[in-house]
Amino acid sequence: MDGVDLEVAPGAFVVLLGPSGCGKSTLLRTINRLVIPSAGRIEIDGQDGATLDPVALRRAIGYVIQAVGLFPHMTVAQNVAVVPGLLGWERAAVEARVDELLDLVRLEPRLYRDRFPRQLSGGEQQRVGVARALAAKPRLLLMDEPFGAVDAIVRVALQDETLRIHRALGTTIVFVTHDVDEALRLADRIVVMRAGRIEQSGAPLEMLVSPATPYVEALLDTGDAVRRLQLLRVRDAMGAPVGAPESAPSISSDATLREALSRLLEGSERLAVVDGTRVSGSVTFADVQRAVKAHTR
Amino acid sequence: MSYLLRRPDELAWRTLEHVELVALALAIAIAIALPLGIACARYPRIGGLVLGALNVVYTIPSLALLALLVPLLGIGTPTALVALVVYAQMILVRNVVVGLRGVAPSLVDAARGLGMSRRQTLWRVEFPQALPVMLAGVRLATITLIALATLAAWVNAGGLGRIVLYGLQHDDPDRALAGAIVAALLAIGADRLLAWLERRSAAPQGDLPSP
Repeated sequence: MDGVDLEVAPGAFVVLLGPSGCGKSTLLRTINRLVIPSAGRIEIDGQDGATLDPVALRRAIGYVIQAVGLFPHMTVAQNVAVVPGLLGWERAAVEARVDELLDLVRLEPRLYRDRFPRQLSGGEQQRVGVARALAAKPRLLLMDEPFGAVDAIVRVALQDETLRIHRALGTTIVFVTHDVDEALRLADRIVVMRAGRIEQSGAPLEMLVSPATPYVEALLDTGDAVRRLQLLRVRDAMGAPVGAPESAPSISSDATLREALSRLLEGSERLAVVDGTRVSGSVTFADVQRAVKAHTR
Repeated sequence: MSYLLRRPDELAWRTLEHVELVALALAIAIAIALPLGIACARYPRIGGLVLGALNVVYTIPSLALLALLVPLLGIGTPTALVALVVYAQMILVRNVVVGLRGVAPSLVDAARGLGMSRRQTLWRVEFPQALPVMLAGVRLATITLIALATLAAWVNAGGLGRIVLYGLQHDDPDRALAGAIVAALLAIGADRLLAWLERRSAAPQGDLPSP
């Protein structure tokens, strides 16, 4: 790695994106000091990481890896309880926390507590991996290609869960992936890496609209307008409400423009935009087109 | 087999002597092999040297090793003990190293990343994972030592070898056979017992759901 300068705001969801070997995992691992940088410094909450005890530091930071790394000789509950155990929590507090976490990742504690990792599906294992990483209430969670080994359907479900947990807990997440769609779905900030350097970093839409280099342009396939639609909300493009709500199919103002386009292509002239139960506007093909144009350089 | 009926008392205490010698050698050997094996697994350079050296020792015929030790330690149990401990090292150290190296790197990465110290990672994650391979080494070492301990009689360290040796020297094949048979039964019994222990002590990992 060379000349990497990155600041992660508290509560942010930052995705390090790039091909294998670009240094994104290495960068991630310098944060919890599994990799010690030969030069430069990592500050955590204003403290120089090099001055902190690495073991204590890691216990305060959640860590999820692609291979999951659940301990095969421990039950689900014992795996989740590892870090609280290391921190010397009271037994009752640990047990309560295990149930709370299994609920959080939507694994029924009664059914899953006493299972062993190899009795779980890949997706279930990774949920346990996430629960284990969150056990001691870390404010920072590091995820190293966590969903790379699960199939596409489960991956999307796990991405949704991750976003939900991120919003519910406010945990800062630094996430490594080589999957562009995953990055666009999850990130509020994408950091594109290449050969150990940061090529560009910014909000997903900003990266799609104004890629800084041909490399970013090619990696994100920024010419693909549909990709931009995925990042735009209906509420950002809608016009005034027209006609009665039952005259047109409805769509949530929170939906993406990509979903809106898909609904329009099914044959409607106009969609009624709803906020809960209230009709707040309408969206047409022209609105979608205008939104794309507005987000083209 | 008439000797067995003639002198059950001698057979019994020679067997006991044999078991004592093997058990003591094994205990000492494990106490050395475990830390040595852990060091060899952690530092591959040292591991290569140690395993290489043990390999050389292992190729020395056992009787010759006893003969080499006599000028140093004299005749008696200590000489036999040292020979048995040295022979067991090769088997035990190798299995500790193989067991520890066989632990998936992702488990160690996860353990370190969650904030286990090196020591905690070793005892809580690596050791339980490597245990079945290590115990297989103990089993192999045990039956090897039971066989080798019959040679201890050559340096006057007692055991069942004493009966075999006496039988051979005094043209009493019955006696030699009785000693050999009991030694063989001992090895088979130990093998079965340790195989059972190995299965029992392997960490539970849960049954797979039936398809």
